[in-house]
Amino acid sequence: MNTLGQLEFPTPDFSHLIRADFDVIYEPAEDTFLLLDALESERQGLKKVSPLICLEVGSGSGVVSSFLATLLPHTCALFTTDINPVASSKTAATGNQNKVILNAVVGDLVYPFFHRLKENIDILIFNPPYVVTPPEEVGSNSIEASWAGGDNGRVVMDRLFPLVNDMLSDEGVFYLVVIKENNPEEIQTMMKSQGFDMQTLLTRRSGPELLSVLKFARSSDKL
Amino acid sequence: MKLITHNMLTSNIIKGVTKGFPLKIVAPTDKVQIVEVDFNPEFTSRMMHKLDYDALYTAAETLGHSEGLPKEVVPDFETNEEFLKKVHHVLMQIEVQEGELVCPETGRAFPIHNGIPNMLLKEDEV
Repeated sequence: MNTLGQLEFPTPDFSHLIRADFDVIYEPAEDTFLLLDALESERQGLKKVSPLICLEVGSGSGVVSSFLATLLPHTCALFTTDINPVASSKTAATGNQNKVILNAVVGDLVYPFFHRLKENIDILIFNPPYVVTPPEEVGSNSIEASWAGGDNGRVVMDRLFPLVNDMLSDEGVFYLVVIKENNPEEIQTMMKSQGFDMQTLLTRRSGPELLSVLKFARSSDKL
Repeated sequence: MKLITHNMLTSNIIKGVTKGFPLKIVAPTDKVQIVEVDFNPEFTSRMMHKLDYDALYTAAETLGHSEGLPKEVVPDFETNEEFLKKVHHVLMQIEVQEGELVCPETGRAFPIHNGIPNMLLKEDEV
Protein backbone atom coordinates (compact mmCIF):
# COMPACT_ATOMS: atom_id res chain seq x y z
CA MET A 1 0.00 0.00 0.00
CA ASN A 2 1.19 3.54 -0.61
CA THR A 3 1.16 6.28 2.01
CA LEU A 4 -2.43 7.19 1.19
CA GLY A 5 -3.47 3.67 2.19
CA GLN A 6 -4.45 2.80 -1.35
CA LEU A 7 -3.73 -0.49 -3.01
CA GLU A 8 -0.93 -0.17 -5.56
CA PHE A 9 -2.60 -2.97 -7.45
CA PRO A 10 -6.17 -2.19 -8.44
CA THR A 11 -9.07 -3.92 -6.71
CA PRO A 12 -10.41 -6.53 -9.10
CA ASP A 13 -13.27 -5.44 -11.28
CA PHE A 14 -16.51 -7.00 -10.11
CA SER A 15 -18.83 -4.68 -12.01
CA HIS A 16 -20.25 -7.71 -13.82
CA LEU A 17 -21.88 -8.81 -10.55
CA ILE A 18 -25.33 -7.35 -9.92
CA ARG A 19 -27.33 -6.61 -6.78
CA ALA A 20 -29.30 -9.85 -7.18
CA ASP A 21 -26.06 -11.85 -7.17
CA PHE A 22 -25.36 -10.60 -3.66
CA ASP A 23 -28.58 -12.17 -2.41
CA VAL A 24 -26.86 -15.48 -3.07
CA ILE A 25 -23.12 -14.86 -2.78
CA TYR A 26 -21.03 -12.74 -0.42
CA GLU A 27 -20.58 -9.13 -1.51
CA PRO A 28 -16.96 -7.98 -1.06
CA ALA A 29 -16.79 -6.06 2.21
CA GLU A 30 -14.27 -4.83 4.76
CA ASP A 31 -12.99 -8.32 5.48
CA THR A 32 -12.40 -8.89 1.76
CA PHE A 33 -10.51 -5.62 1.35
CA LEU A 34 -8.46 -6.27 4.49
CA LEU A 35 -7.38 -9.57 3.00
CA LEU A 36 -6.46 -7.85 -0.28
CA ASP A 37 -4.35 -5.32 1.65
CA ALA A 38 -2.62 -8.13 3.53
CA LEU A 39 -1.88 -10.09 0.36
CA GLU A 40 -0.49 -7.00 -1.33
CA SER A 41 1.82 -6.41 1.62
CA GLU A 42 3.05 -10.01 1.22
CA ARG A 43 3.80 -9.70 -2.47
CA GLN A 44 7.59 -9.40 -2.38
CA GLY A 45 7.95 -12.33 0.01
CA LEU A 46 5.59 -14.46 -2.06
CA LYS A 47 7.38 -13.69 -5.31
CA LYS A 48 10.64 -14.84 -3.72
CA VAL A 49 9.29 -18.33 -3.03
CA SER A 50 7.85 -18.59 -6.54
CA PRO A 51 4.51 -20.15 -5.67
CA LEU A 52 3.21 -22.62 -8.25
CA ILE A 53 -0.05 -23.88 -6.79
CA CYS A 54 -2.58 -21.72 -4.92
CA LEU A 55 -5.93 -22.72 -3.47
CA GLU A 56 -8.65 -20.48 -2.12
CA VAL A 57 -11.36 -22.15 -0.05
CA GLY A 58 -14.67 -20.32 -0.07
CA SER A 59 -13.88 -18.08 -3.03
CA GLY A 60 -17.28 -16.31 -3.05
CA SER A 61 -17.23 -13.57 -5.68
CA GLY A 62 -13.72 -14.53 -6.75
CA VAL A 63 -12.28 -11.13 -5.94
CA VAL A 64 -9.52 -12.41 -3.65
CA SER A 65 -8.17 -15.04 -6.05
CA SER A 66 -8.41 -12.61 -8.96
CA PHE A 67 -6.34 -10.17 -6.95
CA LEU A 68 -3.78 -12.84 -6.08
CA ALA A 69 -3.52 -13.69 -9.77
CA THR A 70 -2.71 -10.08 -10.62
CA LEU A 71 -0.09 -9.94 -7.83
CA LEU A 72 1.63 -13.08 -9.12
CA PRO A 73 1.04 -13.12 -12.86
CA HIS A 74 1.74 -16.28 -14.83
CA THR A 75 3.59 -18.10 -12.09
CA CYS A 76 0.71 -19.76 -10.25
CA ALA A 77 -2.05 -22.20 -11.00
CA LEU A 78 -5.01 -20.91 -9.00
CA PHE A 79 -7.69 -23.32 -7.86
CA THR A 80 -10.78 -22.32 -5.93
CA THR A 81 -13.55 -24.15 -4.11
CA ASP A 82 -16.88 -23.00 -2.77
CA ILE A 83 -19.75 -24.96 -1.32
CA ASN A 84 -22.16 -22.61 -3.09
CA PRO A 85 -22.43 -23.44 -6.82
CA VAL A 86 -23.38 -19.86 -7.67
CA ALA A 87 -20.23 -18.61 -5.95
CA SER A 88 -18.00 -20.92 -7.97
CA SER A 89 -19.70 -19.76 -11.14
CA LYS A 90 -19.24 -16.10 -10.20
CA THR A 91 -15.63 -16.80 -9.22
CA ALA A 92 -14.91 -18.05 -12.72
CA ALA A 93 -16.73 -15.04 -14.19
CA THR A 94 -14.71 -12.62 -12.04
CA GLY A 95 -11.55 -14.33 -13.23
CA ASN A 96 -12.62 -13.77 -16.84
CA GLN A 97 -13.58 -10.17 -16.12
CA ASN A 98 -10.07 -9.54 -14.79
CA LYS A 99 -8.37 -11.60 -17.50
CA VAL A 100 -6.99 -14.15 -15.08
CA ILE A 101 -7.53 -17.90 -14.96
CA LEU A 102 -9.33 -19.15 -11.88
CA ASN A 103 -9.91 -22.90 -11.91
CA ALA A 104 -13.15 -22.98 -9.95
CA VAL A 105 -14.79 -26.08 -8.53
CA VAL A 106 -17.89 -26.57 -6.38
CA GLY A 107 -16.79 -28.50 -3.32
CA ASP A 108 -16.36 -28.75 0.42
CA LEU A 109 -13.18 -27.14 1.79
CA VAL A 110 -10.15 -28.75 0.09
CA TYR A 111 -11.60 -32.21 -0.36
CA PRO A 112 -11.94 -32.37 -4.15
CA PHE A 113 -8.21 -31.54 -4.42
CA PHE A 114 -6.92 -33.19 -1.25
CA HIS A 115 -5.28 -36.30 -2.60
CA ARG A 116 -3.62 -34.71 -5.61
CA LEU A 117 -2.55 -31.37 -4.13
CA LYS A 118 -1.39 -32.78 -0.78
CA GLU A 119 2.01 -31.28 0.19
CA ASN A 120 1.90 -29.10 -2.92
CA ILE A 121 -0.09 -26.04 -2.00
CA ASP A 122 2.14 -22.98 -1.83
CA ILE A 123 -0.58 -20.49 -0.92
CA LEU A 124 -3.78 -21.49 0.88
CA ILE A 125 -6.37 -18.78 1.53
CA PHE A 126 -9.59 -18.89 3.52
CA ASN A 127 -11.90 -15.99 4.37
CA PRO A 128 -14.25 -18.23 6.32
CA PRO A 129 -17.79 -17.88 7.57
CA TYR A 130 -16.60 -16.43 10.87
CA VAL A 131 -19.77 -14.94 12.36
CA VAL A 132 -20.93 -16.38 15.68
CA THR A 133 -24.35 -17.93 15.00
CA PRO A 134 -26.61 -20.61 16.41
CA PRO A 135 -25.33 -24.04 15.32
CA GLU A 136 -28.34 -24.77 13.14
CA GLU A 137 -27.42 -21.91 10.78
CA VAL A 138 -24.29 -23.77 9.70
CA GLY A 139 -24.50 -26.18 6.78
CA SER A 140 -26.34 -24.30 4.09
CA ASN A 141 -24.88 -23.99 0.63
CA SER A 142 -26.29 -20.60 -0.15
CA ILE A 143 -25.66 -17.11 1.24
CA GLU A 144 -25.73 -18.21 4.91
CA ALA A 145 -22.72 -20.41 4.20
CA SER A 146 -20.71 -17.23 3.67
CA TRP A 147 -21.11 -16.06 7.27
CA ALA A 148 -22.56 -18.74 9.59
CA GLY A 149 -19.78 -19.98 11.83
CA GLY A 150 -21.74 -21.51 14.73
CA ASP A 151 -20.15 -21.56 18.19
CA ASN A 152 -17.44 -18.90 18.44
CA GLY A 153 -17.79 -18.62 14.66
CA ARG A 154 -15.29 -21.48 14.41
CA VAL A 155 -17.29 -24.50 13.25
CA VAL A 156 -16.29 -24.32 9.58
CA MET A 157 -12.68 -23.10 9.91
CA ASP A 158 -12.02 -25.75 12.59
CA ARG A 159 -12.64 -28.38 9.90
CA LEU A 160 -9.85 -26.96 7.75
CA PHE A 161 -7.13 -26.54 10.39
CA PRO A 162 -6.31 -30.27 10.74
CA LEU A 163 -5.75 -30.49 6.97
CA VAL A 164 -3.36 -27.56 6.60
CA ASN A 165 -0.21 -29.48 7.52
CA ASP A 166 -0.94 -32.13 4.90
CA MET A 167 -1.92 -29.67 2.19
CA LEU A 168 0.93 -27.16 2.36
CA SER A 169 4.30 -27.51 0.69
CA ASP A 170 7.42 -26.98 2.82
CA GLU A 171 7.43 -23.25 2.08
CA GLY A 172 3.65 -23.06 1.87
CA VAL A 173 1.69 -20.39 3.71
CA PHE A 174 -1.91 -20.18 4.90
CA TYR A 175 -3.84 -16.90 5.15
CA LEU A 176 -6.97 -16.77 7.29
CA VAL A 177 -9.42 -13.97 8.15
CA VAL A 178 -10.85 -14.01 11.67
CA ILE A 179 -12.68 -11.82 14.13
CA LYS A 180 -11.85 -11.47 17.82
CA GLU A 181 -14.69 -13.84 18.81
CA ASN A 182 -12.96 -16.66 16.89
CA ASN A 183 -10.24 -16.61 19.56
CA PRO A 184 -7.11 -16.23 17.42
CA GLU A 185 -4.86 -17.12 20.38
CA GLU A 186 -6.50 -20.52 20.59
CA ILE A 187 -6.06 -21.00 16.83
CA GLN A 188 -2.40 -20.03 17.24
CA THR A 189 -1.91 -22.75 19.87
CA MET A 190 -3.66 -25.38 17.75
CA MET A 191 -1.58 -24.55 14.68
CA LYS A 192 1.63 -24.35 16.71
CA SER A 193 1.15 -27.94 17.80
CA GLN A 194 1.10 -28.83 14.10
CA GLY A 195 4.36 -27.03 13.50
CA PHE A 196 3.07 -23.65 12.30
CA ASP A 197 3.96 -20.15 13.51
CA MET A 198 1.28 -17.49 13.35
CA GLN A 199 1.68 -13.84 12.42
CA THR A 200 -1.06 -11.23 12.61
CA LEU A 201 -0.57 -9.28 9.39
CA LEU A 202 -3.30 -6.68 9.70
CA THR A 203 -6.07 -5.76 12.13
CA ARG A 204 -8.95 -3.45 11.43
CA ARG A 205 -12.22 -2.57 13.11
CA SER A 206 -15.30 -2.65 10.91
CA GLY A 207 -18.45 -1.72 12.84
CA PRO A 208 -18.78 -4.25 15.65
CA GLU A 209 -16.17 -6.58 14.17
CA LEU A 210 -12.47 -6.55 14.98
CA LEU A 211 -11.00 -8.25 11.93
CA SER A 212 -7.55 -9.74 11.55
CA VAL A 213 -5.66 -11.42 8.75
CA LEU A 214 -3.54 -14.24 10.14
CA LYS A 215 -0.63 -15.89 8.36
CA PHE A 216 0.61 -19.38 9.16
CA ALA A 217 3.98 -20.71 8.01
CA ARG A 218 5.99 -23.73 9.08
CA SER A 219 8.19 -23.08 12.11
CA SER A 220 11.78 -23.04 10.90
CA ASP A 221 12.76 -25.75 13.35
CA LYS A 222 10.16 -28.05 11.84
CA LEU A 223 11.46 -27.91 8.25
CA MET B 1 -13.11 -27.11 -16.68
CA LYS B 2 -9.57 -27.22 -18.00
CA LEU B 3 -7.58 -30.44 -17.94
CA ILE B 4 -5.21 -28.90 -15.38
CA THR B 5 -8.17 -28.97 -12.98
CA HIS B 6 -9.20 -32.48 -14.00
CA ASN B 7 -5.64 -33.61 -13.30
CA MET B 8 -5.99 -32.49 -9.68
CA LEU B 9 -9.48 -33.79 -8.84
CA THR B 10 -10.28 -37.11 -7.21
CA SER B 11 -13.38 -38.83 -5.88
CA ASN B 12 -11.49 -40.14 -2.86
CA ILE B 13 -13.88 -38.05 -0.78
CA ILE B 14 -16.49 -40.74 -1.32
CA LYS B 15 -16.70 -43.11 1.64
CA GLY B 16 -14.67 -46.22 0.96
CA VAL B 17 -13.08 -45.07 -2.26
CA THR B 18 -9.33 -45.55 -2.44
CA LYS B 19 -8.74 -45.23 -6.19
CA GLY B 20 -10.68 -42.14 -7.13
CA PHE B 21 -8.27 -40.96 -9.82
CA PRO B 22 -8.34 -40.22 -12.63
CA LEU B 23 -11.99 -39.36 -13.04
CA LYS B 24 -13.39 -40.36 -16.41
CA ILE B 25 -14.57 -37.40 -18.45
CA VAL B 26 -17.87 -37.77 -20.31
CA ALA B 27 -18.68 -34.80 -22.50
CA PRO B 28 -20.52 -34.23 -25.77
CA THR B 29 -18.16 -33.02 -28.50
CA ASP B 30 -20.00 -29.74 -28.93
CA LYS B 31 -19.54 -28.96 -25.25
CA VAL B 32 -15.75 -29.06 -25.49
CA GLN B 33 -14.11 -25.80 -26.56
CA ILE B 34 -10.62 -24.69 -27.42
CA VAL B 35 -9.60 -21.33 -26.01
CA GLU B 36 -6.39 -19.40 -26.43
CA VAL B 37 -4.18 -19.06 -23.38
CA ASP B 38 -0.73 -17.43 -23.41
CA PHE B 39 2.02 -20.04 -23.37
CA ASN B 40 4.41 -19.75 -20.44
CA PRO B 41 7.19 -22.32 -20.80
CA GLU B 42 8.46 -21.91 -17.24
CA PHE B 43 5.02 -22.46 -15.75
CA THR B 44 4.35 -25.47 -17.97
CA SER B 45 7.75 -26.95 -17.18
CA ARG B 46 7.22 -26.54 -13.43
CA MET B 47 3.69 -27.97 -13.64
CA MET B 48 5.06 -31.05 -15.42
CA HIS B 49 6.49 -32.14 -12.06
CA LYS B 50 3.03 -32.04 -10.49
CA LEU B 51 1.00 -33.57 -13.30
CA ASP B 52 -0.08 -37.14 -13.71
CA TYR B 53 0.91 -37.25 -17.37
CA ASP B 54 -0.92 -40.49 -18.18
CA ALA B 55 -4.14 -39.01 -16.81
CA LEU B 56 -3.56 -35.87 -18.89
CA TYR B 57 -2.96 -37.86 -22.05
CA THR B 58 -6.00 -40.09 -21.50
CA ALA B 59 -8.22 -37.11 -20.79
CA ALA B 60 -7.08 -35.33 -23.95
CA GLU B 61 -7.55 -38.50 -25.95
CA THR B 62 -11.06 -39.04 -24.53
CA LEU B 63 -11.96 -35.55 -25.67
CA GLY B 64 -10.48 -36.11 -29.10
CA HIS B 65 -7.77 -33.50 -28.65
CA SER B 66 -4.64 -35.55 -28.08
CA GLU B 67 -3.21 -35.26 -31.57
CA GLY B 68 0.44 -34.32 -31.52
CA LEU B 69 0.78 -34.99 -27.80
CA PRO B 70 3.32 -37.74 -27.16
CA LYS B 71 1.97 -40.68 -25.16
CA GLU B 72 5.10 -40.63 -23.02
CA VAL B 73 6.93 -37.73 -21.45
CA VAL B 74 10.04 -36.85 -23.45
CA PRO B 75 13.35 -37.09 -21.53
CA ASP B 76 14.26 -33.41 -22.01
CA PHE B 77 10.76 -32.17 -21.14
CA GLU B 78 11.99 -29.34 -18.90
CA THR B 79 13.54 -27.44 -21.80
CA ASN B 80 11.86 -28.93 -24.87
CA GLU B 81 9.62 -26.02 -25.88
CA GLU B 82 7.94 -27.91 -28.67
CA PHE B 83 6.84 -30.56 -26.20
CA LEU B 84 5.87 -28.00 -23.57
CA LYS B 85 3.73 -26.15 -26.12
CA LYS B 86 1.80 -29.36 -26.78
CA VAL B 87 1.36 -29.93 -23.06
CA HIS B 88 0.24 -26.31 -22.66
CA HIS B 89 -2.40 -26.83 -25.32
CA VAL B 90 -4.07 -29.81 -23.67
CA LEU B 91 -3.52 -28.56 -20.15
CA MET B 92 -4.80 -25.01 -20.52
CA GLN B 93 -6.59 -24.60 -23.84
CA ILE B 94 -9.16 -27.40 -23.78
CA GLU B 95 -12.29 -26.56 -21.80
CA VAL B 96 -15.18 -28.87 -20.99
CA GLN B 97 -18.35 -26.77 -20.58
CA GLU B 98 -20.90 -29.52 -19.91
CA GLY B 99 -20.50 -33.15 -19.01
CA GLU B 100 -19.62 -35.43 -16.14
CA LEU B 101 -16.65 -36.67 -14.17
CA VAL B 102 -17.12 -40.32 -13.28
CA CYS B 103 -15.55 -42.03 -10.29
CA PRO B 104 -13.49 -44.98 -11.60
CA GLU B 105 -14.33 -47.08 -8.56
CA THR B 106 -18.04 -46.44 -7.93
CA GLY B 107 -19.30 -44.96 -11.19
CA ARG B 108 -20.68 -41.97 -9.29
CA ALA B 109 -21.01 -39.06 -11.72
CA PHE B 110 -20.12 -35.50 -10.78
CA PRO B 111 -21.74 -32.97 -13.10
CA ILE B 112 -19.82 -30.30 -15.00
CA HIS B 113 -22.00 -27.29 -15.66
CA ASN B 114 -20.92 -24.00 -17.22
CA GLY B 115 -17.38 -25.27 -17.14
CA ILE B 116 -17.45 -25.94 -13.39
CA PRO B 117 -17.34 -29.41 -11.85
CA ASN B 118 -19.57 -29.98 -8.82
CA MET B 119 -17.77 -32.29 -6.43
CA LEU B 120 -20.26 -32.00 -3.56
CA LEU B 121 -21.45 -35.24 -2.05
CA LYS B 122 -24.69 -36.11 -0.35
CA GLU B 123 -24.48 -36.78 3.41
CA ASP B 124 -24.65 -40.55 3.02
CA GLU B 125 -21.78 -40.62 0.53
CA VAL B 126 -19.17 -39.07 2.78
